[in-house]
Amino acid sequence: MLKRVHFPSSVLPYLLVAPQIIITLVFFIWPASQALYQSFLIEDAFGLSTEFVWFENFEALWDDPIYIATFWRTAFFSAAVAFLSMSFALILAGFAERVVRGAMVYRTLLIWPYAVAPVLAGALWVFMFNPTLGIFPYFLEFVGVDWNHYLNRFQAMTLVILAAAWKQVAYNFLFYLAAMQSIPKSVIEAAAIDGAGPLRRFSTIIFPLISPTTFFLLVINAVYAFFDTFGIIHAITQGGPASSTTILVYKVFNDGFVGLDLGGSAAQSVILMALVIAMTVFQFRYVERKVEY
Amino acid sequence: MVERRPFVAFLTHLVLVLGVIAIALPIWITFVAASHNEVRMAQVPLPLWPGDQLWVNLKTTLFGGGLSGTEIAPVWLMLLNSLAMAMMISVGKISISLLSAFAIVYFKFPFRMACFWLIFITLMLPVEVRILPTFEVVARLGMLNSYWGLSIPLIASATATFMFRQVFLTIPDEMLESARIDGAGPMRFFWDILLPLSRTNIAALFVILFIYGWNQYLWPLLITTDPSMTTIVISIKQMLEAAEQSPQWNIIMMTALLAMLPPILVVISMQKLFVQGLTETDK
Repeated sequence: MLKRVHFPSSVLPYLLVAPQIIITLVFFIWPASQALYQSFLIEDAFGLSTEFVWFENFEALWDDPIYIATFWRTAFFSAAVAFLSMSFALILAGFAERVVRGAMVYRTLLIWPYAVAPVLAGALWVFMFNPTLGIFPYFLEFVGVDWNHYLNRFQAMTLVILAAAWKQVAYNFLFYLAAMQSIPKSVIEAAAIDGAGPLRRFSTIIFPLISPTTFFLLVINAVYAFFDTFGIIHAITQGGPASSTTILVYKVFNDGFVGLDLGGSAAQSVILMALVIAMTVFQFRYVERKVEY
Repeated sequence: MVERRPFVAFLTHLVLVLGVIAIALPIWITFVAASHNEVRMAQVPLPLWPGDQLWVNLKTTLFGGGLSGTEIAPVWLMLLNSLAMAMMISVGKISISLLSAFAIVYFKFPFRMACFWLIFITLMLPVEVRILPTFEVVARLGMLNSYWGLSIPLIASATATFMFRQVFLTIPDEMLESARIDGAGPMRFFWDILLPLSRTNIAALFVILFIYGWNQYLWPLLITTDPSMTTIVISIKQMLEAAEQSPQWNIIMMTALLAMLPPILVVISMQKLFVQGLTETDK
């Protein structure tokens, strides 16, 4: 933590941490405590008076079937995104690891969706699936599918999941590839000499050995689906049709900035903060144990 | 490869090529759309092969006012705004994190651990969960519609501070001892020894943070109301809304292409640093 040899205490260290601490206090701690405070308040319809109501906002959320539905929808959404992008990345990494020549070319061609902003990813997918013009609805019509994600709840959710998973494949691929490359070659070769084919080696040796990475990626993908997909949803469906793609973060934005329900929005923020804290703690505990395979 | 199996080798390349096609398809379709004229882009089925209007569209998008009939700022100005924001966020995050990691590792002072935990907490407060109150703070400080408002609230960084802390902890103590014997003060030591030693880490982090800054969406969306302050990433959403009345998909997709080109170029040209940065900051 601290160096054995260090400089004596003076004003200097305070000056050094000052910028970080001031920004943290002004833009992180203060707003977060404001959110916490507001979550205990109810404002009347004209914003003239506020009343301190303890946990009433939270109870209202708990009793609100729309909020509970949003919660489960978010859970389903992040599970689907994580499963889709991780399994796709795992397959690609499993094959890419076998390639001797050209491995770098494949890696280069597979990683750049990471650099695409979520809202741009949304724009690309909404263009490809545009009900009147898009390429995919045109081909889907031949197999009898009438695509319109502005009306069909199931199709809207599918499109949002596809776009979110597409963007995350690059990240998962890089981590899976790195994990597979760190497995000692001698282990794989020994199994090959014993007669295990590529598929068997993958399922009995490689996959179990990279399970810490799978676990780590599960957490990262859940955080990604919870918080970084706002742009995708905002560009593709704006939470619709009939809130069928509204996830928790989108609801905080919608209730706070569009619906101007400050207390309710703040209470939702507080619940999200608790979720982030839980995920971070989970991730850190896991990272500590990760060294011992 | 462990063994020689022609069929498996063939299958490997087949799957990888299919994977690359699936990943690249959205970008390819964007590129194709940006290379046709407006009339062609309104006919079903849309083309899958590039046309010859790429140059014309590029010129119209960059200097011709972009989408007609909307109040969107010129695209070159939005690119500049994005660049300014991305640079301010990445340089700002790196500088303040270097300084605070230096203080926490190399100085013993009261409240050292309190500072450390305070910085750690920011990890748990992503902007998405505290948008409303943070917006109020920025509005009260009069920082709406300014580069400061776009960047400063985002530059506190626990991950960067932790990364530099790890880097500094691996630097041998003898470095500091010999520097002190030679009469170097703390800032001299920081500037002449710590900074050069953490050069690659700074570069790797810069790659990640540049992409992070360039791709910011929710925050700029809230605090920029003046069209001349919008970033290129924000403009896509405005254009999609405008597309419901007048679908000029060639211009929209050209703008999308311009918006994703800088971060993609950074990732591809600095791939090694990018991979290093990604694996270092997330662990």
